[in-house]
Amino acid sequence: MTKIAVCVKQVPDLAELKFEKDRPTVVAKEVPRKISDFDKNALEEAVRIKEKQGGEVTAITIGPPEARDALKEALAIGADKAVLLNDPAFERLDSIMTASVLSSAIKKLEGFDIILCGEASIDGYSAQVGPSLAEWLGIPQITYAKGVKVEGGKVVVERSLEDIIEVVEAKTPLLITVVREINEPRYPSLMMIKKAGKKEIAEFNAAALGLDPEPLKTSGFRLQILRAEAPSMERKKVIFEGDAAEAVQKLVQTLQADKVVGG
Amino acid sequence: MGVEEFKGVWVFSENYELAYQLLGKGREIADKLKVELVVVSLGAGAVERGKVLIARGADKVYAAEDPALKTFQVETYTDALAGLILQHKPEMVIIGGSRKGKELAPRIATRLKVGCIPGATAVELDEDKRQLVATRVLYGGNLFSVESCVLKPQIVSVLPRSYEPLPPDGGRRGEVVEVKVQVNPSPTTLLEVKPKEKGTVKLEDADIIVSLGRGVKKPEDIAMIKALAEALGGQLGCSRPIAADYRWLPEEHWVGLSGRTVKPKVYVACGISGQIQHLAGMRDSKKILVINKDREAPFFKACDYGIVGDIYEVVPKLTVAVKGLIKG
Repeated sequence: MTKIAVCVKQVPDLAELKFEKDRPTVVAKEVPRKISDFDKNALEEAVRIKEKQGGEVTAITIGPPEARDALKEALAIGADKAVLLNDPAFERLDSIMTASVLSSAIKKLEGFDIILCGEASIDGYSAQVGPSLAEWLGIPQITYAKGVKVEGGKVVVERSLEDIIEVVEAKTPLLITVVREINEPRYPSLMMIKKAGKKEIAEFNAAALGLDPEPLKTSGFRLQILRAEAPSMERKKVIFEGDAAEAVQKLVQTLQADKVVGG
Repeated sequence: MGVEEFKGVWVFSENYELAYQLLGKGREIADKLKVELVVVSLGAGAVERGKVLIARGADKVYAAEDPALKTFQVETYTDALAGLILQHKPEMVIIGGSRKGKELAPRIATRLKVGCIPGATAVELDEDKRQLVATRVLYGGNLFSVESCVLKPQIVSVLPRSYEPLPPDGGRRGEVVEVKVQVNPSPTTLLEVKPKEKGTVKLEDADIIVSLGRGVKKPEDIAMIKALAEALGGQLGCSRPIAADYRWLPEEHWVGLSGRTVKPKVYVACGISGQIQHLAGMRDSKKILVINKDREAPFFKACDYGIVGDIYEVVPKLTVAVKGLIKG
């Protein structure tokens, strides 16, 4: 039986993102939240491994009580257990400390053969939690997986790098991060959603994980955010409308005059 | 370990082209701080590479050719680099943000119990504080976050093509130091390396890119966009739906946050609305030209030149005009 942990993050839906007027600040409250895309691929992969050869899938998230929605979705997709790590001390963790808190939970729950994460979260896109978690746990990692085969205590992964595919073998316990192309996550059926609603979600705070919350509050962020800026999009915006032939002619003349084309 | 003990700027990338880019920026930072610029070279041929790395701006090269480092494996490279960093205590470590570099940097930072700024698009120096100030993109390209590290060594991974390499200068002086490193045997085995199923497209190298989006109605029509790309001497790109949802073009053509990041001299977008995720992949293009029938498409707010019109009408006309121009 393969025991799998999947780390998921609840993130704002980027397609619905709203910003405060004239300020590069996300209006978090008005934006619907969902499981980060690649984490959903990780979850789907975990459930597929379980379906193929038996096992147990535990979804773990760090977040406020609202993150229970993400865990309910994970249970509906096929996770057997769900764990919420919730503490005021977890609110402002950077990716390395996020991984540290996750590692405490994974050590406490013990016995996992495979830990699956998304390649990165779609909001912060640090791609650091997976590798950092592997280091905190002292286990090997295989990142950017586009295919995973589990055979007993051995795992063979196809990983997708910029220009090449690497086929890598490792023994469990092992951490794997997955890319979007690994699978097409399923939509849970109504029955699965109903069933998931009845499942219990375990919750741990810092103390329950054996962590001292005070130092986490002060050193939880090893990065300092100096400022946030909206990307500048200062462009010429010379737009031609109307008759296509005329517009093309005018455009080409302008491009020539500005020396964009034609020498 | 007192903070004042940390000294020097280090650069590492398993990809030498990327290392050259970082050495360009690293040189500038090291000069301002009046410290050494060190590059770590690992694996087969690491010592031999030393001369080239010095010509590209390094003062010193720590080279290790341990057989366990022959090919990049994240655990062995973490052992080697974390060990060297602990021994020599640089104040900043700039790691090339290739996919391999991005999995390496947080592992090293975790071992050293410091922070790591991931995937920066720019790093600058705050001279007074002796701090690296790094910019990275959040929320699918909607927000730039400017960050620095609280602890030392400061570690940051920098995305490919953020900086230009210095031209090689064979006259530069520097020192290549062969070092021994403590490396545990790799817990993973590399069974096979295969090329990605693809042609010869390298969008990142293209001066001109002509991209298509959902405005193209069927795969046969890609030929029309391709004709414009060819007339301009450019490469073919696309937005997410074309590569990821319809799979009309292989992934290597995909420009965007989850696809390729490009900065060509000219970027032509045909029938692409200009979602933030796409803009994140081409925002730094020198000139942006947009063709779209929807005047309200967000791309028109982010372009230098635009034509409001049906791509099926405009693109062939533009192709003809461009051909005439180049012949003339």
